[in-house]
Amino acid sequence: MLRLNCPICGPRDETEFSYGGDASVKRPKMDETDPQIWIDYVFYRDNPRGPHLEYWHHVQGCRQWLVVERDTVSHEIASCRLAREVAR
Amino acid sequence: MTGRRLETGGRIDRSRPLSMTFDGRRVEGFAGDMLASALLASGETIVARSFKYHRPRGVYSAGVEEPNALVHLRDDGRQEPNARATMVEAFDGLIATGQNAWPNVRWDLQGANRFLAPFIGAGFYYKTFIGPIRGTGFWMFCERFIRRAAGMGRAVTLDDPDRYEQANLHCDVLVIGGGPAGLSAALAAGRAGADVLLVEQDAELGGSLLSEPVGSATDAWLNTIAPDIDAQHNVRVMRRSTVFGAYDHGTYGLVERLWDHDVRPPEDQPRQRFATVRAKQAVLASGAIEQPLVFGGNDKPGVMLAGAVRTYLNRYSVLPGSRIVVATNNDSAYAPALDLANAGADVVLADARTGLPESLLENTRNGGVEVRLGHSVVQAKGRGRVQSAQIAAVDGAGLMAGPATSVPCDVIAVSGGWQPALHLWSQRQQKPVFDSEKHCFVPIADAAPPMICAGGVMAASGLEEAVGQGFSAGVHAADQTGATRDAGSILTAPSVSVGDDWTREIAPVRFIVDANGKPKGKAFVDLQHDVTTADLDLAYREGYEAAEHAKRYTTAGMATDQGKTSGVNTLAQLAALRDVAIGEIGTTTFRPPYTPVNIGALAGAETGPHFQPTRLTAVDQWHRDNGAVMTEAGAWMRPWYYPQMGEDLRAAYIREAGHVRQHVGIIDVSTLGKIAVQGPDAAEFLNRVYINGWKTLAVGRLRYGVMLRDDGIVFDDGATARLGEYDYFMSTTTANAAGVLSVAEKLLQTEWTDLEAHVTSITDQWAAFAVAGPKSRDLLAAVVEGTDLSREALPNNYFAHGSVEGATVRVHRMSYSGELAYEVYVPALRGLDVWQALIAAGEEFDLRPYGTEAMGALRIEKGHVAGPELDGRTCLGDLQLGGLPSKKKPFVGSVLRQCPALVDEQRPTLVGLEIDGETGATPGSLLFAEQGPMEGHGEGWVSSTTYSPALGKNVALGLLKNGPNRMGETVRVANFFGDRVLTATVTSHHFFDPDGERQNG
Repeated sequence: MLRLNCPICGPRDETEFSYGGDASVKRPKMDETDPQIWIDYVFYRDNPRGPHLEYWHHVQGCRQWLVVERDTVSHEIASCRLAREVAR
Repeated sequence: MTGRRLETGGRIDRSRPLSMTFDGRRVEGFAGDMLASALLASGETIVARSFKYHRPRGVYSAGVEEPNALVHLRDDGRQEPNARATMVEAFDGLIATGQNAWPNVRWDLQGANRFLAPFIGAGFYYKTFIGPIRGTGFWMFCERFIRRAAGMGRAVTLDDPDRYEQANLHCDVLVIGGGPAGLSAALAAGRAGADVLLVEQDAELGGSLLSEPVGSATDAWLNTIAPDIDAQHNVRVMRRSTVFGAYDHGTYGLVERLWDHDVRPPEDQPRQRFATVRAKQAVLASGAIEQPLVFGGNDKPGVMLAGAVRTYLNRYSVLPGSRIVVATNNDSAYAPALDLANAGADVVLADARTGLPESLLENTRNGGVEVRLGHSVVQAKGRGRVQSAQIAAVDGAGLMAGPATSVPCDVIAVSGGWQPALHLWSQRQQKPVFDSEKHCFVPIADAAPPMICAGGVMAASGLEEAVGQGFSAGVHAADQTGATRDAGSILTAPSVSVGDDWTREIAPVRFIVDANGKPKGKAFVDLQHDVTTADLDLAYREGYEAAEHAKRYTTAGMATDQGKTSGVNTLAQLAALRDVAIGEIGTTTFRPPYTPVNIGALAGAETGPHFQPTRLTAVDQWHRDNGAVMTEAGAWMRPWYYPQMGEDLRAAYIREAGHVRQHVGIIDVSTLGKIAVQGPDAAEFLNRVYINGWKTLAVGRLRYGVMLRDDGIVFDDGATARLGEYDYFMSTTTANAAGVLSVAEKLLQTEWTDLEAHVTSITDQWAAFAVAGPKSRDLLAAVVEGTDLSREALPNNYFAHGSVEGATVRVHRMSYSGELAYEVYVPALRGLDVWQALIAAGEEFDLRPYGTEAMGALRIEKGHVAGPELDGRTCLGDLQLGGLPSKKKPFVGSVLRQCPALVDEQRPTLVGLEIDGETGATPGSLLFAEQGPMEGHGEGWVSSTTYSPALGKNVALGLLKNGPNRMGETVRVANFFGDRVLTATVTSHHFFDPDGERQNG
């Protein structure tokens, strides 16, 4: 079981969170009309071995979306930040 | 083997005799006994039958590694199969029975399986798939016999009357194992000031030291350290507890056996408690497990691990036999040999090694033990039990180097070295290394932080090193957690006379075979799964060379003991077959649990209706009191129908739905998801997530909206009301409430951070009731005060504020049923009051409650889509909603909903189906054209079905290829599960009042 250090709630069990996908992809602007750009955003993901930026949602806690840097091999968590505060 | 209890000695309480039964026979014991020691003391030689061949088996070990002595415990709902007799504490009234045998383990007629042995060797299961008869038919034929004869115990289907609990534990330093290393680690970490949790699977602390004779120096050491640990108030000690799993980020699974050592738990206490432990640091001091020697007949009752024989003697005062042959390849068997001789047994010690120190030999011979160097046991002989050992000279590889002589005996105590119990360390994705001097796999002490290994699990050379490693690990772990006190000086280890260091000059002799390398008779590598050396030979010949392949093909190491006494020998044999060093074979990976865990403990109280939380509306009890049959809707319970006078579901919903169309009905819709969308940019947010426009919606109005996913598939629908300038009240379907909120939060927090809008779930804060039917306006006008509900004042899709019995309510005029209808929203705490006020006032309007089944019938008649149509595969066009999306603005899914696959006109599209006949269709039925073969997945499917009281016929909604162009066509409706084919006429999905005159009236 992973333990995530929620910036609002402190270290909490993985079971309080739900995984929210790759946080390195950038959602196209609302007025983007090129289907290929949306297809890339919706369907295509890298599957890296090692560090991975990902969204986690503190569903059973403060309900904040977090950007977590997790190593997909060791599960080591390098950082855990509020999504709204992550500079994009 | 004729075990007996000695007159004195042992760590048992002779003042507390116990009486138990095994297979109906009385078994005597004392407090402090294990079931296994009591069985041995009572002369129970055969306690089990083996997995495949039904060979008689006796107690083999004295610990968690026990492969043979699996028994069935207790009776009635408390029955438990596959309990290791070596781990079952004896208590007065204990009932145990043998398993996998008929009529019993002593006289087992299924022992005839041994004649089948040539046919049920390695890979038998797989081979039945490919021949001699192709296909699975042969396996299915064989399976009937094999399943009945092979196997372990049987689970019962009775309810377990006992309670189990779940708990959470936190600590700085988790110490796993209460032997010399673990005690030292706990003491050191405790002195340093860390919050320490010491976990021991035994009822007593001491580990291997409990097998030393009573009164020896180790007892003095234990008696010194125990009060020292007690004095540390920051050290918690848990006995009868097993850390069975090591997981990510310092979490561990632990099970505490609170009352397994008694007939039943006290009324208010759980039998077992499962705890999730969160520890900053852990010290793994799980010790080592003695390994067998493999020779012909090595599974006969009477063959036991040497250390176990010593445990039974010194801890339980049980002498398992009177004439004992000890066979070893290391020093650790010398202490058992000496203790056994001292207790009065005739002891012959065969050591495969030569050139041992004279001091060790002299000491042993002086103790009355006959020592034969360069010798080992090549075969155990005897009918049903060991009666003699064939002892022969062996070379350094375990091959016979001379003729065998027969030594009469009743116990053969073996030691093939020791293997560190590194399971929990391995569970952390670690691969151990093979130590070619100590001939075992060892962990790398600090390779898996925050876990440090110490003591026997590191193959420590003797007690002094074990204690030293434990103490250092405790200091280090405490330091890592920020503990600052001085742990004091290192402990002095107790001294023991012989066999202290099994690692010294151990010889890699594991298999004792004849000069040609063949065992003398059946030689078992895995006792629990009946895997012989011949099975492994066969697997190798057939190409299963890799450890992971051979393991699965032969099932070696895959029994409930996870190969605790077979894993290393399996690898050793594979290495020999491949002619490589054992370290090059690689190990298999250990996975949780370390020892079997009762499912009940893991489930805790989460059983039956408590398996998951149940959500109840404010009116739940009223529904039940008024005869509602409830149904599950996600986590919610909702009224399904309210039967009158023995009505079944069909009769009830037809009556309820018809009543709504003629009079007025009320349904609890509190389960709808409700989300407050607030802020200056709330309208912009709605404009983005819904396909239709929101900028023009005036305060006081509401609008139906549909949401898509980014990929253009329909996500959810519902009505949203504009309560104020910046205040919207969104409703979602019951099923998608949580999902819509999560998506909304994600968009606002990760992508649209510039929008000043906020979403809050208010599902639980508001109760909601739909009042539908021609008399609904009159009813509400009679109940709701302070507002004008007339047709002119409150047209469809408007809302008004009022009050009922002093409770503020909001009345939305909107219709799901197609009738004149309203939804009454009220703060949940006043929900029941308002519901009851409506019911009371409804008497003169013939108001009746209706359930979800009637609600479904009404919406199908209207052609509204719901969950069965919004199935995650349908787009707007499929649902005939193609005219709804705004063309003036982008919204979630607006680009990809146009992708070619979603605008294909051949896609199955929503249609109505009038079903011929009396029975109605089944949802999920496939649609086929009137003519042609019925093959594949057809041209569409039936999504929702009902009997329509308004139309007087069975109707359905379905999705049919090119549906809108097939009105009037006859199609076949096939339910392949029921093997039934109906016919239906394709119609519009708006079965009833297509122009909406009733709801707008």
